[in-house]
Amino acid sequence: MTPLSDIIDKVRQNQRMDAKEAGILLAEADLLTLGSLAHSRRFFLHPDPVVTYVIDRNINYTNTCVSGCRFCAFFRPPGHGDGYVISFEDLAGKIQETLDLGGTQILLQGGMNPDLDLDFYETMLRFIKQRFDIHIHGFSPPEIHFMAQKFGLPVADVIARLQAAGLDSIPGGGAEILCDEIRARVSPDKCTADAWLDVMRRAHQAGMRSSATMMFGHLEQAHHVIAHLEKIRQLQDETGGFTAFIPWTFQPANTRIQVEKKTAVTYLRVLALSRLFLDNVPNIQASWVTQGDKIAQTALFFGANDMGSTMIEENVVAAAGVEFMLPLAELKRLIAKAGFTPCQRNCFYTLL
Amino acid sequence: MDPAFMDSRLEAILARVRQGARLTRQDGILLYETPDLLGTGMIADTVRRARHGNIAYYVYNQHLNYTNICKNRCAFCAYAKDRQESGAYAWTLAQIEQHLMARIDEPVDELHIVGGLNESLGFDYYLDLLKTVKRIRPHAVIKAFTCVEIDYLSRVSGLGLDQTILRLREAGLEMMPGGGAEILNTRIHDALFPKKIDHARWIQIVKAVHRSGIRTNATMLYGHIETTEERVDHLITLREIQDETGGFSAFIPLAFHSQNTRLSHLPPTTAVEDLKAVAVARLMLDNFDHIKAYWVMIGEPLAQVALSFGADDLDGTIIEERITHTAGARSARGLTRDQMAAMIRSAGFDPVQRDSFYNPRN
Repeated sequence: MTPLSDIIDKVRQNQRMDAKEAGILLAEADLLTLGSLAHSRRFFLHPDPVVTYVIDRNINYTNTCVSGCRFCAFFRPPGHGDGYVISFEDLAGKIQETLDLGGTQILLQGGMNPDLDLDFYETMLRFIKQRFDIHIHGFSPPEIHFMAQKFGLPVADVIARLQAAGLDSIPGGGAEILCDEIRARVSPDKCTADAWLDVMRRAHQAGMRSSATMMFGHLEQAHHVIAHLEKIRQLQDETGGFTAFIPWTFQPANTRIQVEKKTAVTYLRVLALSRLFLDNVPNIQASWVTQGDKIAQTALFFGANDMGSTMIEENVVAAAGVEFMLPLAELKRLIAKAGFTPCQRNCFYTLL
Repeated sequence: MDPAFMDSRLEAILARVRQGARLTRQDGILLYETPDLLGTGMIADTVRRARHGNIAYYVYNQHLNYTNICKNRCAFCAYAKDRQESGAYAWTLAQIEQHLMARIDEPVDELHIVGGLNESLGFDYYLDLLKTVKRIRPHAVIKAFTCVEIDYLSRVSGLGLDQTILRLREAGLEMMPGGGAEILNTRIHDALFPKKIDHARWIQIVKAVHRSGIRTNATMLYGHIETTEERVDHLITLREIQDETGGFSAFIPLAFHSQNTRLSHLPPTTAVEDLKAVAVARLMLDNFDHIKAYWVMIGEPLAQVALSFGADDLDGTIIEERITHTAGARSARGLTRDQMAAMIRSAGFDPVQRDSFYNPRN
């Protein structure tokens, strides 16, 4: 028996693999072996041939950001003429449109804007909750960490204040690669890996659920990807608060990191490994925004059980030169054509 | 290691493939209809690796579409125009020369030349076209004209089929692409391309071409109104021709693009259909060496994935793809050699730049 076939056997028996085994599997298994292992695991965890999606809208309340990440084409530095903070009128309009289109949640994220005080965030959340019956999935860990530092409050207190004002759950953005040696090179002014994990830990402890993401394909190596997965798995063992994991590839256009975009095969391999390694995270999401409709559909055979959001509006990836559009009917057709039943879900992956 | 199938019916098919047994029509239908996409891909990959190991091919080529004026006006075509329509064109020999000279510094190994059935172009134009190309690009292989054009030329020349092919060959024709086959079936012919030659004539011509010593490719246009059974029968027809002539080089499934055609109400093919088209072809066409994943049609990312579903060839760098882009293709217009090679390497295969006859370059 080779190490690879031992690992494959172990995976088939649904045993947990370690980082070293994950490294061998990612490096040596062929694409369809990885895919079929991930697909079997997906059916082990979700026996019904259902693929879920959520109807929501990305609302970026500000594009002003002090972080200046090298992979970002969306932000504007403070004082830049194109910087904005959303007006509550625009916000209300966008939310009403979302509800009119059958949406159940908004993804509310923005830059680390030094001109906003804690009252702004709380007022914004209350404004939304007073007017609309909609789930607010908002503020990724770097934003919450930024608020904690700026307002001199413990992370847990910031979370408690936001939660009290109406925040329902936390998106897993800003994780990039959870290794400080990589973060120092791609997003030096963003929170550390430990800080990211700490925000998630405290949010989970406060009873809030969150997703987790991984943006790969910039300056990391395979072992960083695996270290990232390991940190997510560890925290999930501790809190059980992650609903889903969403890996996606860095989109280099209009950014300051000049690398070749990772290919579809690399994406599918990492997606499959994520499904297999994260044995405690129930849902794995395909990223049609970065991969396009064809590879997103293919991803349903490589471990993904969720198509993510219809994204009535998406700005950040679009700023990096990628504009895949996927109307709801087309998203459902892709799922059905792959042999699955499309089902709308809410933020907690409850079928609607 | 044996693949683990989600659909256990695939085990019998794998066993038969391993014995070298020919798959039946029922097998073909099952392969198309099974939800076990990866299982189908794994069997196709077994066959692909037995033939080609870890190699994946590409060619440095250039497309020339000498005219878009066409009297056939097939329902699925967004490219053709009537003579008086705006945008209609027919390149003069001088324009052909210009297009070739524009890229003369590039190491083009193959010229892929197809066009409409333009009644204002005589047989001499075609002979001169070939000679012009040969003069400017003496070392590139001319892969030109589908069976549809050959039929047309055999009428225009008044020389009959065999003599027409001979004259074209003398003028420089070395290989033929596989287009114009669509789905070799009367129902589809009558519904979508009644003015184009029917399947009987296509078969007659392709056999005559093969007999003359010219190799061709074969295609299947899928994703319009055809049924699974019609796809499988199409593959079996090609397999039978190949048994007889051995003249087919590669099979290329062509995903239908409906935008700007009279079938624009039809949705695009999805990845599952595209990957199945490659995998099922690899398994049914046991006497074809090469199965192409044509990136222009299915996009670069999926073409890369298709290398693990039975494809051994990504076609070419292609300069100035026009026809599929007119029908809404979102792929690039051309790729560089480095891009092709990187795509192949990143899929876990070894890139080999080939000539038209699959001889490695360098």
